[in-house]
Amino acid sequence: MKHIYFDYAATTPTHPEVVKAMLPYFDEIYGNPSSIHTYGLEARGAMEEARSKVANLINAGSESIYFCSGGTEADNFALKCIAFANEAKGNHIITSSIEHHAVMETCKYLTKKGFKITYLSVDKFGMVDPADVQKSITDKTILISVMHANNEVGTIQPIAEIGKIAKKAGIYFHTDAVQTTGHIPVDVKELGVDLLSMSSHKLYGPKGVGAIYIKKGIKITPFIHGGEQEGRKRAGTENVPGIVGFGKAAELAKEEMASETQRLLPLRDKLISGLPGKIDHSHLNGHPSQRLPNNVNISFEFVEGESMLLNLDFEGICASTGSACSSASLEPSHVLLSMGLNHEQAHGSLRFSLGRLTTEEDIDKVLEVFPPIVAGLRAMSPLVRI
Amino acid sequence: MKDAFALYSPKVMDHCRNPRNVGALENPDGVGHVGNPVCGDVMELYIKVDDNIITDVKFKTFGCGAAIATSSMATEMVKGKSVEEALAISNKAVAEALDGLPAIKLHCSVLAEEAIKSAIEDYQNKVKKN
Ligand code: FES
Repeated sequence: MKHIYFDYAATTPTHPEVVKAMLPYFDEIYGNPSSIHTYGLEARGAMEEARSKVANLINAGSESIYFCSGGTEADNFALKCIAFANEAKGNHIITSSIEHHAVMETCKYLTKKGFKITYLSVDKFGMVDPADVQKSITDKTILISVMHANNEVGTIQPIAEIGKIAKKAGIYFHTDAVQTTGHIPVDVKELGVDLLSMSSHKLYGPKGVGAIYIKKGIKITPFIHGGEQEGRKRAGTENVPGIVGFGKAAELAKEEMASETQRLLPLRDKLISGLPGKIDHSHLNGHPSQRLPNNVNISFEFVEGESMLLNLDFEGICASTGSACSSASLEPSHVLLSMGLNHEQAHGSLRFSLGRLTTEEDIDKVLEVFPPIVAGLRAMSPLVRI
Repeated sequence: MKDAFALYSPKVMDHCRNPRNVGALENPDGVGHVGNPVCGDVMELYIKVDDNIITDVKFKTFGCGAAIATSSMATEMVKGKSVEEALAISNKAVAEALDGLPAIKLHCSVLAEEAIKSAIEDYQNKVKKN
């Protein structure tokens, strides 16, 4: 059976051109970029070219890009290295209640190290209010970290506004842009951010590579000790094939972003209006307009997410859910709960994330097969009172 | 492409896909209503009892694939059994009948055992009253 993939927010297939660009760096140009000979210099040249492509995607200078293993590491990097470098100045960090676990869990860790964290609440659309950021600032605040767009519900945050507040207060500002880089315009100058996390595999690059943007002049504690690589901030022989692939993916993303967004928007909106149109007691999660062009997240009342996923999988459709039953912790999504959904509504949430290979037929297929799935599960649900 | 839910046995998948005895009974002799404190799911079990034998059974479940499969399997296991035999069915027995469950899903089978017990308790209370 042909599988229809609706989980691009989890990861994307590597672009064929990216794979092609990477291949020579496994067994032909395999030198260590730190080596002073032809093989090493060639590898270094390719890596620096990739760095400038990634920098270009977010309107930054190459010298501000530090390669690492992915989005989770970039978030850890940003939070820990700013926190530990500025301990003498203060111990207060402001973040939101809907961040990715990479930020959430790092904050928890920092709490144990004596830092105080303010978790900003969000409105029913999952939006942070910049006024709350302003109100939370104290003379001990050293860092603000708010994600650019949420991975579950797709809400795009008012980062530029928060950036202005941070700048005025002289506080470092980090954003987790894992879901936005390569998908919507990301310009570090316009956003006013000092640090920004990126991941390659969310934009059709390979897994295991990402980067952090650190504005020139910011002093941080090194994240990994043991060598001269990445400005001594992140030691270890670089993942050259991965970095080359990331660079190529960034280049392609920049070229294709505008047209791809135009192509995806009507598909996204067809699903957003089509599913609740065919299935009653369902509602959109996340912001109706300030939303990623590839994100659809809908709660279907009285049914549980994992059982919907199973039934969709029987039809060859891959999606994702915020249900407690599908998480290892058996806790419902903290994002949905922060937006005011109750446990049952979080149970019934389903995310379809679209991408390069999504076609209108795929959307039509979901609109055709999904309503009977919900009807079947509702017939089985003790929560439906007839 | 490999099966996305490879953690579930083919039997679990079969019961998810074609759950047996779904629904409610019109004049049940006993109804069990239990909630799962671990993840917040709900199960209802309806039984019909004639001469101490469970002659009909139906279920409704709001929960994951494992919860649906264990409910469905539990209904098959109690049908035709005496009240005492049904009371002796453990969550382990239900899980084993499904060729096992992933460790993280064992708690879902507890719900099925509790639903059986709760339905029988309801039946016994009704009998006592009359
Ligand atoms: S019913 Fe929630 S995990 Fe099984």
